[in-house]
Amino acid sequence: MNSRKTASLVSLTAASAFALAACASTDEEEPAEAAPAADVIRMDDAWVKAAEEGMSAAFGELANSGDEDVTVVSVTTPASTVLELHETVENEAGAMVMREVEGGFVVPASGSLSLEPGGDHIMLMDLTGPLDAGEDVTFTLTFSDDSTFEFSAPVKEYSGANESYEGGDSEHDMDMDH
Amino acid sequence: MAGDRSADSGRRGSTRRRFLLGGAVAGIGAATAIGADHVLNRRPAEGEPAAPLNGEETVPFHGVHQAGVATPAQAHAVLVALDLRDSTDADALRRMMRILSDDAARLTQGVPALADSEPELAVTPARLTVTFGFGPGLVDRAGGTRPEWLRALPDFGVDRLRPEFSDGDLLIQVAADDPMTVAHAVRMLLKDTRGFASVRWTQRGFHHAHGSVRPGTTMRNLFGQIDGTTNPQPGTEEFERLVWNTEGWLAGGTGMVVRRIHMDLEGWDRLDRPGREQSVGRYLSNGAPLTGTDEFDEPDFEATTPIGFPVIPEFSHVRRARSDDPNEKIFRRAYNYDDPPSGSEISNSGLLFVSFQADVDRQFVPLQRRLDELDLLNEWTVPIGSAVFAIPPGCAEDGYVGDTLLG
Repeated sequence: MNSRKTASLVSLTAASAFALAACASTDEEEPAEAAPAADVIRMDDAWVKAAEEGMSAAFGELANSGDEDVTVVSVTTPASTVLELHETVENEAGAMVMREVEGGFVVPASGSLSLEPGGDHIMLMDLTGPLDAGEDVTFTLTFSDDSTFEFSAPVKEYSGANESYEGGDSEHDMDMDH
Repeated sequence: MAGDRSADSGRRGSTRRRFLLGGAVAGIGAATAIGADHVLNRRPAEGEPAAPLNGEETVPFHGVHQAGVATPAQAHAVLVALDLRDSTDADALRRMMRILSDDAARLTQGVPALADSEPELAVTPARLTVTFGFGPGLVDRAGGTRPEWLRALPDFGVDRLRPEFSDGDLLIQVAADDPMTVAHAVRMLLKDTRGFASVRWTQRGFHHAHGSVRPGTTMRNLFGQIDGTTNPQPGTEEFERLVWNTEGWLAGGTGMVVRRIHMDLEGWDRLDRPGREQSVGRYLSNGAPLTGTDEFDEPDFEATTPIGFPVIPEFSHVRRARSDDPNEKIFRRAYNYDDPPSGSEISNSGLLFVSFQADVDRQFVPLQRRLDELDLLNEWTVPIGSAVFAIPPGCAEDGYVGDTLLG
């Protein structure tokens, strides 16, 4: 569906390769190394849910401008000692439940991944202190190539995203808003 | 920061359409967005004019001045005043204004706010503006210098003020040509004030619906009077001088007076047309002074009737509101209100009077004193709410409203 974009990228790449070849003193071309994941990833519209204590979640739009898929394998923040990358799936009973995603988040090449309430998100499992609305929280993503990417997200009051996860206490055990 | 662009309007482009289609389109790339453009902007059928949608019109949020002052008044407005919670200190104020400014910056451009749970309601900005004002309590809480006029107005004899329509620490004025847009923006902004403040009062106002009258037409109030003829015009030297403050953290900001003025429509009904026109000093038909023929004719206060009485009575609103001092002028941006009556009444209507002036004490107070002393209109109007706010300057894209005070 984005064939036009792909086509223009291809011709652009061909042109660059030609230019490179023209400038290069040797005829031998080394295969281009993929840029580190951190260089092609962008985080837009990030935010974190305000919370007094316990758990919270972070959301936003991860965009990958590279031409290879990028995998987020882990995330850290001073705001929580434990973090998990969560997905929302249907269990055997037909209910939507949260669980840690296996293998991390994949941000498709020339595409994006939405982290949103009711879907994939970054779970802050154990807050180090209250998350007050209007504060900024810094997150560091680590990719499968070990490169890292830092972004900052404001804290916002939000009534949804009342998720629990397996092993959580029952008082938080609620369905996500759909 | 560029100059004052608050009066300018733009039209939503591809961003809005991307949001219309949801996250699926955002970020995927130009080709898809072009496709979406094509689908949404289908070529009109032969002979069908491509009518631009007013819902797509935007007013810039960032700039030297906040929008919603010089911006031509939109059809609908909601004013909300909030009381700060005891726990809201200067740091919390900073956090609150950063969040609210970010919400306003997005919503006014037709982009959902962060954590907007109804993003589809955000894509019709319809000239939405969000204007923030600081009451005396907020400036004190911030540890800032309060302009001398930032306090409750002096008591006027005509006032019958009710606390539920008066005062407040933070004012949010939300205005757009579409009440759906206003409702969503108010909802979003108030969700983000919950941790910092509680709603003290909410007042709604309206003008003619968008498209009903020619833009620039002076408003009419519910007495049928043309209201605001002598307003200074945005963009003129007079407007700049009268409206924008130049001192300290308020430089580029202004002072705002909000008065809820109940209008006794039943009493007004007992007055015949000549009496109505005498009470104001203007013709009801086109707002011309009783000594002129056009709305914008200068009133001639010297003119007398054959038997020697002034054509424009001494007690008329026009005469009493007028000062010889060119600095004793205000910029009015009022709205009508028409709320459900109670008891045996059949009307609960009036004017949500809003004026902007650089210095409330020097510009508004003397004018209101004259009206308080004598103005035949007082017979049918009663101020029942009153509040004064400092409207901080606008902010740059990397700033927030109030950063000159809180930053």
